[in-house]
Amino acid sequence: MTSDFWSMGGYARYVWPCYGIAAAVLVWNLWAAGRYLAAAKLRAARALAMASSEAR
Amino acid sequence: MWTWFYKLASPPYVYGVAAAFVPWLLGFAALAIGYGLVAGLGIAPPDYQQGEAFRMIYVHVPSALLSLTVYTVMAVASGIALIWRIKVGHAVAAASAPIGASFAILALITGSLWGKPMWGTYWAWDPRLTSELILLFLYVGVMSLRSAFEDPLRGDRAAALLAVVGVVNVPIVHFSVVWWNSLHQGATIVKLGAPSMPGSMLWPLLSMWLGFMLFFGAVLCMRLQAEVLNRERQASWVQEAIK
Repeated sequence: MTSDFWSMGGYARYVWPCYGIAAAVLVWNLWAAGRYLAAAKLRAARALAMASSEAR
Repeated sequence: MWTWFYKLASPPYVYGVAAAFVPWLLGFAALAIGYGLVAGLGIAPPDYQQGEAFRMIYVHVPSALLSLTVYTVMAVASGIALIWRIKVGHAVAAASAPIGASFAILALITGSLWGKPMWGTYWAWDPRLTSELILLFLYVGVMSLRSAFEDPLRGDRAAALLAVVGVVNVPIVHFSVVWWNSLHQGATIVKLGAPSMPGSMLWPLLSMWLGFMLFFGAVLCMRLQAEVLNRERQASWVQEAIK
């Protein structure tokens, strides 16, 4: 990679933060959705366990 | 066709389909975004007016288009949920809102990073920028309204109503550059006639757009599974599904 590429014709301080924030938003979406799904599965499993212990 | 439509109203079916789609959508999204990055940052020539700064469009345009698409998905799902009382509609709407809000924020930030060198300011109360900001407020409003009620059913209905009413803002964002005197440039791709861009600049943009859409599909499927589980905790199929 040449330094020309990284300097982006003098616009580096706008172009790279732009891509950095985009990457952060994509990563946040995946992470937050994964965590949300895991929490929902855990809650559902707990509710099922409660229901089966009450039935006993 | 109609049986498929009825199947889509069934929570266990939707849960299974969403789970199966996630890896495929993520895989194709990675391919499309990967090509878009390489071609957009490395191969496309600099713009004759904006120089290298134009490369910001490869994340700005897809995120702005996605913020509108996601809102439309949310409003249609909310409308279906309100009219036919289909619970999965509320689940789709609830899953879409945080994703759409994050892309509206991304569109606003990347737009302002482009605005500073090109317009000389990070922000202007311009019709396009203001209506996009209102779009973000609508997302936030829909999310807060849903969580403001003790009874989840009432929260779902109130949020759905706001989502449907707020959809009027989507064409306002899109056509703001035509209807009013806007600083923002006009449409380049989503318009009648051929796109006003050469192929070497356009293909990476279309690929990034496709990648962002597929990524939205993947994250929507993940969140949709969670929303369906949260609404169906007592159902008998859940035990099988979460094994």
